[in-house]
Amino acid sequence: MREISSDIITETVRDLCIKANCVINDDIKNRLCESAAKETSETAREILGMLCENAEIAKSENVPICQDTGMAIIFIKIGQDVHVTGSFIEDAVNEGVRQGYTEGYLRKSVVADPILRGNTGDNTPAVIHYEIVKGDKIEITVAPKGFGSENMSKVFMLKPSDGIEGIKNAVIKTVCEAGSNPCPPIVIGIGIGGDFEKAAILAKKALLRETSSSSEIPHIKKLEEELLQLVNKTGIGAGGLGGDITAFGVNIETYPTHIAGMPLAVNISCHVTRHETAVI
Amino acid sequence: MTRNIILPVSREEVRKISAGDKILLTGIIYTARDAAHKRMIENKDNKGIDFPFEIEGSAIYFAGPAPAKPGRVIGSVGPTTSGRMDAHSPRLIKEGNLIMIGKGERNNTVVDAMVKYGAVYLAAPGGAGALMAQKVKSCKLCAYEDLGAEAVYELYVEEMPLIAVIDSAGRNLYDEVKKDL
Ligand code: SF4
Repeated sequence: MREISSDIITETVRDLCIKANCVINDDIKNRLCESAAKETSETAREILGMLCENAEIAKSENVPICQDTGMAIIFIKIGQDVHVTGSFIEDAVNEGVRQGYTEGYLRKSVVADPILRGNTGDNTPAVIHYEIVKGDKIEITVAPKGFGSENMSKVFMLKPSDGIEGIKNAVIKTVCEAGSNPCPPIVIGIGIGGDFEKAAILAKKALLRETSSSSEIPHIKKLEEELLQLVNKTGIGAGGLGGDITAFGVNIETYPTHIAGMPLAVNISCHVTRHETAVI
Repeated sequence: MTRNIILPVSREEVRKISAGDKILLTGIIYTARDAAHKRMIENKDNKGIDFPFEIEGSAIYFAGPAPAKPGRVIGSVGPTTSGRMDAHSPRLIKEGNLIMIGKGERNNTVVDAMVKYGAVYLAAPGGAGALMAQKVKSCKLCAYEDLGAEAVYELYVEEMPLIAVIDSAGRNLYDEVKKDL
């Protein structure tokens, strides 16, 4: 049994919150800059150029890429041979979010009650997904999620007979309805299978993969490629003002499901798709 | 075409802006998100309290900045989704609001009000908060401090890069893109 102090968890979460929000990852950065070079619409090209410049300013000045520094979505994989000492792990994580959003001058965008809507003032609580894994380490991923894109996401309880066409139609419908709202170019995380909430979590996890990555399952990889082509064919483009590049990537995660269903979750993310991981 | 717009601007000038024009905006603008819109209108209607800034000829930026680091004017400050202001914008346009700045589509009620009163809707590049912050030369709290990032701030901006998406004749670039879908 390896002991890990809750203080280390807090520090790690704090640092990941700040880094994820201020330093664009290489994957997205490369996508932005290569798109700015190859887009054929002049307006979209200009927008992509501004987004590229924006990412550079954020990194060099260590300020948030986007003012919506999101709700902190945190994935924690806990090795079953780890014992956390000190405070309760959930408190340690939220303390990390509190410190990161305060010390990093990030925007506090969380309200305590979804109906009464008073701001909590420190961006807590985070949405935390725990997973028990083998080993004696803790892996923490912080993925701040803005709601311009989150609000455009959807879950569909498709029928098995809807098949692959049903999936494609639902994804394209979601992207078209989203239009300019989620700050395109977007990244699309898709979960297929499981049940209602499993599909949604898979979709969110799919957003943690690099945009250039592919599923290891051959027919899912093919679906990812086909969907990316279809999405880019919509012509929504950067900023929603028309262009060739509407999405940087479509990532799909799947899970076994029930004989009667085919849940589909489409989690839309923006060109500020943020995630940083550390292993303790 | 590219237009340099210096605020305050007349209604006639605003009518000359066409959807597709690139705008470099200089002057005083006010931030307001849903909570501030709601409060401005409720205060006016229920308590007889006037708008916190001169609404006639105003430019409103749908945005809530990140906090400023020490020594800086403002934190990152890109646009928020304008659709959430659709319920309130027609009223403010009627009261004199001339320029709205945000991102994403507007509904027909807003567009109708824009045509009727001659207002325009400009899009800021969504998610370019750090770049937009560089265009803000001064920032002061105007009203509703308790709303935090959602408070109303008075910003002085210089050459803020925007694109006219819906003009005062009702031409709508987003709709033109969507028509082809
Ligand atoms: S959708 Fe993304 S880029 Fe756009 S405002 Fe929200 S977090 Fe920022």
